[in-house]
Amino acid sequence: MTNPTAPAGDVATATSPADRPPEQDSAGEGSPRNRRLVRRQRRSRWDVKLSPYLYVSPFFVLFAIVGLYPLLYTGYLSLFDWNRAYYVRGDFVGLDNYSFVLTDPVFRKSLVNTFSIFLMSSVPQVVLAVAVAALLDTRLRGRTFWRMSVLLPFVVAPTAAVLIFGSLFADRYGMINQLLGEIGLEPIRWHVDRWWSHFAIAGMVNWRWTGYNALIFLAAMQAVPRDLYEAASLDGAGRIRQFFAVTLPMIRPTMIFVIITSTIGGLQIFTEPRLFDDTPNREGGPDHQYMTSTLYIYVKGIEDQFYGRASAAAWILFLIIVGIALLNFGVTRFLTRRSVS
Amino acid sequence: MHHTTAGPRRSTRLIASAAVASLVLTMSACGSSDDPTKSAEQEKLGKGEALTITTFGEFGYDALIEEWNADHPDIQVQQTKVSLWDDWKNELNTNLQAGSGLPDVVAIEGDFMPALVAAPDRWVDLSSDEVEGRWLDFKEKAATTADGALLGYATDAGPEAICYRADLFAKAGLPTDRAEVAALMTTWDDYFALGEKFVKAVPDTAWYDASGSIAQAMLNQVAFPFEQSDNTVDVENDELRGVYDTVTGYTPTLSTKAAQWGDDWSAGFKNDGFATIPCPGWMRSNIKDNTGDPAPKGVRWDIADVFPGGGGNWGGSYLAVPKSSTHQDEAQEFITWITAPEQQLKIFASLGNFPSQVAALEDAELLKAKDPYFNDAPAGEIFSNRAAAIDVQPYHGPLYSDILGKFQDAINRVDQGTDPKESWDTFLSDVAALQ
Repeated sequence: MTNPTAPAGDVATATSPADRPPEQDSAGEGSPRNRRLVRRQRRSRWDVKLSPYLYVSPFFVLFAIVGLYPLLYTGYLSLFDWNRAYYVRGDFVGLDNYSFVLTDPVFRKSLVNTFSIFLMSSVPQVVLAVAVAALLDTRLRGRTFWRMSVLLPFVVAPTAAVLIFGSLFADRYGMINQLLGEIGLEPIRWHVDRWWSHFAIAGMVNWRWTGYNALIFLAAMQAVPRDLYEAASLDGAGRIRQFFAVTLPMIRPTMIFVIITSTIGGLQIFTEPRLFDDTPNREGGPDHQYMTSTLYIYVKGIEDQFYGRASAAAWILFLIIVGIALLNFGVTRFLTRRSVS
Repeated sequence: MHHTTAGPRRSTRLIASAAVASLVLTMSACGSSDDPTKSAEQEKLGKGEALTITTFGEFGYDALIEEWNADHPDIQVQQTKVSLWDDWKNELNTNLQAGSGLPDVVAIEGDFMPALVAAPDRWVDLSSDEVEGRWLDFKEKAATTADGALLGYATDAGPEAICYRADLFAKAGLPTDRAEVAALMTTWDDYFALGEKFVKAVPDTAWYDASGSIAQAMLNQVAFPFEQSDNTVDVENDELRGVYDTVTGYTPTLSTKAAQWGDDWSAGFKNDGFATIPCPGWMRSNIKDNTGDPAPKGVRWDIADVFPGGGGNWGGSYLAVPKSSTHQDEAQEFITWITAPEQQLKIFASLGNFPSQVAALEDAELLKAKDPYFNDAPAGEIFSNRAAAIDVQPYHGPLYSDILGKFQDAINRVDQGTDPKESWDTFLSDVAALQ
């Protein structure tokens, strides 16, 4: 048999008291009212189930367009040769581009540089940022002023920062070397010695990002319940002891967040080494002393016009970053679990 | 107009590179499926639209564009200046690969012209009866394809002389008169020998500005520096190796060891860093800007009417119109005007960029022109003589510009202390990676 069902949108009929079916018809699932109820329930169940996804979907749609698509397309490109003259895709070459990149000594050099600059910047940066945040977390006179001023370097455009650091670190006529000369020391060859160049670049990164991270830490520190400190000081813990016993454990989640974001940022460092280089090619120094992996991708893709190789290098770097993020995650999970138990 | 970077424009250069940097970071790898042979539909300029042109370094076009805009209310020209050619080249490559984003008129460094000639489908053929035979032969030839399409209008030429610091020459006990100086350096051997005499007398000052610029100067006299006439790459030829060995051999004694166009290079002009510099016409504005105008007390620049080993042309750019431009006719009209002899002469007068047009070279005003900054040297006459002395035009294949970059890196490495043999091997592998 067929029951004529009211149109879903027919609210007037659905809610009309006159149409209310007898209550005792409990087994009558086929009655119009119950079917409407079921429909409504189903709809609200779907609503509960689906709506959250709908609300967060703009991010994922956007990510699919600007993140996922380029990622996959880069992977696709990495399997092809590239016609340098006509700027178009050439023949399918399989994994040739990957083997080119993996056997390229310049790429290996760039990986070492990346990690060296990353370690020289991220490690002192996090330590310093926590220290600065701890200082800002005290009862200072003119607190807002100090908090604003640690963020100042971050507001300065990297290009301007490089301009400042360029005149500090110039090999012959730079300010630091002039000062060293004044006190009778040998000048440091900032653009020549591999490790010194990393030091200079890490300095720029630290200058820019320490204050930014300090403010994130500060926010976390402010959220630490004050009575913990009161209790600690009642127990006779001094300022330093309080910092290590209360503050640090309480801001651990923020710490993990900052470490992971600065790892990803550190492994993608590009602007500073490129602008630090003052040779015409800007390939991270004539001997690639401070060419980072992203710079390698740029040089292969934009300067040398091998998009396939650049794409392959980009994917390799992507996998490395994913690997390190997982490692990061594993280590922090291990550490937090240990501290809980 | 090659990498003309100067003090005041330093910030623009950095900003430009930052733009390129951020560009590549946000760049998604999107391929262009456009048929590069298909020419764009021509459109008339609409109201409020402008004809766009991007130049690098200093072309000296500001005043001329104002003049053009005043006369042509329908075709307003808007110029974007990028400071450094190498940065503009990368942006150009990016735009070419994306298939969009290029202005209506593109400035191209002379060394990059062969890359255009090798891929002519992206560019508008600019040949016409009106412009036939306007340019110096070698300038026109370098922009012409095998089928006779002219892809660029030459803006200037770079016949090279030697600019020198007369005050430092006097300090070293060398002659300072420009004719006497010229007579002392007709060959490279003479030039280097004089340099060794100079640095013995004035040990704190180098003989020339950078190993890279001497290498460039010597390369400009080699018939087939990097590529054979069939475009096969051949960097293991004796002549190139000769240039490399000579330049790196003098690195410890005669060179500043600074990278050309870098911070230390620019500072060297002010700090008595060096005594001589290979000097195409356009280099004069770099010297002026970097040394300071008026010159610091005691500093006296001069130009010698000579170039060791004969003549040489360094740089000189082109204006090209990409097929992606929707206003190709207007663009062609504009560049025909701005590269005409009258305009080139105005630029020569204001900036020193040497004309590439035959008619301009014979101009009486040009021949009479003196440069007060260079001790009133008869610049017009000197650079005309230098242009006439050019007898070798090095062959530039499509990879010339890229290999030149790697070659400069090789020279820079030796400046920084790498063993020349090792640096050469790196150069060979760098070049192999370009193919």
